Amino acid sequence: MAETIELTIDGKKVSVQPGTTILQAAQQVGVEIPTLCYFEHITANGLCRLCVVETAGVRGLQAACVAQASPGAVVHTRSPAVDRARRTILEMLASTVDLSETPQVQALMADYGARPERFNGAQPRRPPLIDDNPVYIRDYGKCVLCWRCVQVCADDAQYAYAIDFGGRGFQTRIATAFDKPLTETTCVFCGQCVGVCPTGALKAKREYLLEQGVSPEEVFGLTRLQGKGKRSRRGPRPEVS
Amino acid sequence: MASSMTPDLSTLEPILERYGPQGRTRLIPALLEAQKIYGHLPETVVEAIGQALRVPLAEIYGVMEFYTMLYQEPTGRTMVRVCTSPPCAQKGGRAALQAICEHLGVAPGETTADGAYTVEEVPCLGLCDHAPAALVGETPVAQVDPGDPACWIEAPQETPLGLVGGSHRWLTARCGVIEPTDVEAYQSHGGFAGLRRALLEMEPAQVVEEVTASGLVGRGGAAFPTGLKWKFTAAAQAAARYVVCNGDESEPGTFKDRVLMEGDPLAVLEGMTIAGYAIGADKGYIYIRGEYPRAQRIIAQAIEQAREAGFLGRGILGTDFNFEVEVRSGVGAYICGEETALFESIEGKRGYPRLKPPYPTTHGLFGKPTSINNVETLCAATWILAHGAQAYRQAGTEDSPGAKMFCLSGDVAHPGVYEVPFGTRLGDLIEMAGGVAGELQAVLLGGAAGAFAGRDQLDVPLSFEGLKDAGLPLGSGVVMVFNQERDLRRTLLSLAEFFAHESCGKCFPCQLGTRRQLEIVEKVAAGEVAEVELEALRDVQYTMTNASICGLGMTAGSAIGSALERWPDIFRNGR
Repeated sequence: MAETIELTIDGKKVSVQPGTTILQAAQQVGVEIPTLCYFEHITANGLCRLCVVETAGVRGLQAACVAQASPGAVVHTRSPAVDRARRTILEMLASTVDLSETPQVQALMADYGARPERFNGAQPRRPPLIDDNPVYIRDYGKCVLCWRCVQVCADDAQYAYAIDFGGRGFQTRIATAFDKPLTETTCVFCGQCVGVCPTGALKAKREYLLEQGVSPEEVFGLTRLQGKGKRSRRGPRPEVS
Repeated sequence: MASSMTPDLSTLEPILERYGPQGRTRLIPALLEAQKIYGHLPETVVEAIGQALRVPLAEIYGVMEFYTMLYQEPTGRTMVRVCTSPPCAQKGGRAALQAICEHLGVAPGETTADGAYTVEEVPCLGLCDHAPAALVGETPVAQVDPGDPACWIEAPQETPLGLVGGSHRWLTARCGVIEPTDVEAYQSHGGFAGLRRALLEMEPAQVVEEVTASGLVGRGGAAFPTGLKWKFTAAAQAAARYVVCNGDESEPGTFKDRVLMEGDPLAVLEGMTIAGYAIGADKGYIYIRGEYPRAQRIIAQAIEQAREAGFLGRGILGTDFNFEVEVRSGVGAYICGEETALFESIEGKRGYPRLKPPYPTTHGLFGKPTSINNVETLCAATWILAHGAQAYRQAGTEDSPGAKMFCLSGDVAHPGVYEVPFGTRLGDLIEMAGGVAGELQAVLLGGAAGAFAGRDQLDVPLSFEGLKDAGLPLGSGVVMVFNQERDLRRTLLSLAEFFAHESCGKCFPCQLGTRRQLEIVEKVAAGEVAEVELEALRDVQYTMTNASICGLGMTAGSAIGSALERWPDIFRNGR
C-alpha cells in the first residue's frame, strides 16, 4: 500500500493517499473551497481558478481541483492573496456573463465583497439565444466557459463531438462545426450537456418555455415533432391558434 | 471566384492520401496545404480532411477558429501583413498600414475586389530590426515606405538578414558570413565539430554532463537549466522520446531566433541532433512560427542538405545513431510559444497550454518524454560541444555563464542582434548599437512580457543575478528603447491589445483579465482613467500573475504593471 501524505489545511492536519487533490483533502476535514468549473465526474482542467489556495513556500496560487496534496504542505484556503484573486475573478466574471441563474456564484460574490461595477463600461458577452432544436436552448450570454458541455459531448461521456470551441481569448465561445444548427450536427440529443451546465446557459426547451409563461399544452406542441415518437409520450394535443 | 463554386476535391486527394494514415497530428499541415490550393478553407474541403484524418468536424472548426492564419473566407492571392507592434509603430507602421489600405481601397482584414490582395494588421513579424516591416506573401519586406505603397506590394524586395554585432560572436559567427545551407562552408567554419565530438567521443550521459557543466540555461525566457532538462528526459521510462525545437519566437521585440534560423540553420539542426543523441531520441520537430516563411524555407533546405551529407538520417557519422527532423509551421498564435501549447498544436489541436505537472520531460509531445529547447539554446549547445564547457564559462559571470543574444530595437541608432557576455551593462549594450536616437525615456526589457527600466538603470548588469537585484527580467533578450518623444501610453495600449488578442481563453484570469486590462489601458491612453480603475487594474494584474495556468497569463500584466509602479503619473496625465 502506498504511503499516506500528511499535510495541513487551514491548521487542520489531514492524511490522504498519494494522488489526492487539495480540494479532496480539504473536503475530508470539512474545509470548503469554492469551485465553479469543477465537476466530480468530468476531467478537471483548473479553468475558473476560483478554487485557488496558497501553499507556504510555493510561488503563486494553486488550483485546488488539480493540484495534488504534497507531504508537509501547509495550505491556506482563505488568505488575503487568495481572497484578492477570487474576488477579482468574480468581479471580472460578473461584468462579462449573466449570472442571474447561478446563485452559488452570487453567494460567493457577497462573501468576498465583489464589486463588478469597478469595471465600468466593461464589455459583456451577450450573444443572442440559440433556439434551433426541439430539445434544448443555448443561451450563451450565461456561459462561463467551464467546458463541461464540450467534455461530456466528447471523450468524458458521449463521444458525439457535436460541440467544441469557436474564437479564442475573451471571444471564446461554445460552437458547433461552422456554427450550424444542432440538428445538422452529430448531436444525439442525449441531454448530458444540459445536465452538467452550472449556469442555465443550456436548458431543456420545455423548462425554458414554461419559464417564458407558455402553457404546458402549448409547450408539448412546440417541443414535439408532429406525429413522431411514441403516442403515449406525445402529450395532449396542443390548441395552437 | 472560387467561393461560389463547389471546390474540386481531386487536387486534395494526394495530400489526404499522404497525411491520412498519420491522423490528427497532420491536421494543421493538411489545412495549410488545402488553403494553398483553395485560397481558404471551404466546408467541403474541411469535411474531406476530417474524414481522411479521422478528426471530428467540430474540433477541426475549433482549430480553424483558434489560429489567425487559417481562413474561412476567400483571401486575396497575396496576403499583405503590416506590423504595428511597438518597434514598428514607432517607425511608422501604422502610417504604412493606412497607406496600403488607402492605396488598395480596403480596410484592414479586407480583400480587394479583384481578389489580388488581403491586407492585415499583425502584432509582430519579428522584423523589429527592419521597422517598419511587412510580410508580402512569403517575402519579408524592410522599412516599408508609407509614401509609396504600390512599390513594396507589387515588387517586394526581400529584406537582408539584418545587422548582427556584439563583442562575442559565438553563436552568430557564421550568420551573414556563409551561405546558410551550404554544408561544406558550414564545416569549414567549424560546423559539425560539436556533433562529431558528441557522437564519436562521448556517451550520451557525458554530453548531458558537458552541457550541465557549461551552466547553460534556456534562452526562451524561462531560463531552466538545459543539462537538467536533458537529464530528466533521458531518465524517463518510455518507448519513444522527442526533441522539439521551439522556433515560435513571437514575443514583440524578439528576432534573435529568426537570425539564427535564417543565418545558421545547420547549427540549429546540429544542436537538435546533439540533444537527440543525449536524451535517446531519434525524432525531432522544429516548430517555426507562421510569420517566418523564410526561416521555414531555409530550415527545410538545410534539412535536405544535412541529410544528403549524412548529418541527418540513418547511421549518422558512421555510428548507429539515427535522427530525423520535421518542420512544423505555426499558424498565428503567440500562445504556441508556450511549450505545452506548442505540443498541442503539433498534435493538431487548439493551442491550449496544459496543466503542469506533469512536465514535458516525462509527458511531452504525444504524451512522451520530450526535451523542448529554444533555438538559441540549441545553438549554444552546439557551440558548447564544439568548444567545451570550460570555454563557454570564460565569458559571462559565475552565476550567468556564457554569452547572450540581445535584440535591440526602437530608438537606437543601429537596431539588430548583439551577442555579448552576460554581465554587460545595459548602457554599454545600447552604446554598442550606436546609442539612443534622441534622449532616453525608457527601455522595455524582456519583451511584451517583460518590464520597463528607467534612465537611472543603465548601469544594471545584464545577468540573471544583476537583473534580479534590479527587479527586471531578462526574458528572451529584448531591449526596446524609447526616447522622450514617445508617448508611452500608446505603447502600453499596444501591449494590452497584444495580450487581449493572444490570450487563448482557457483559464479565467487571463481570458477575462487581458480584456479588462485592455479596457482600462484604453482609458489611460484617452487620458480619462479614474483612480478606482487603476486600483482594479492592479487587482487584475495580480490575479493574472498569480492565478493563471501558463506563462502568458502570468506575464500579461508585467510590463504594464511595471510602468504603473514606476511612472504612475503617466497613467493619470501622460507624463
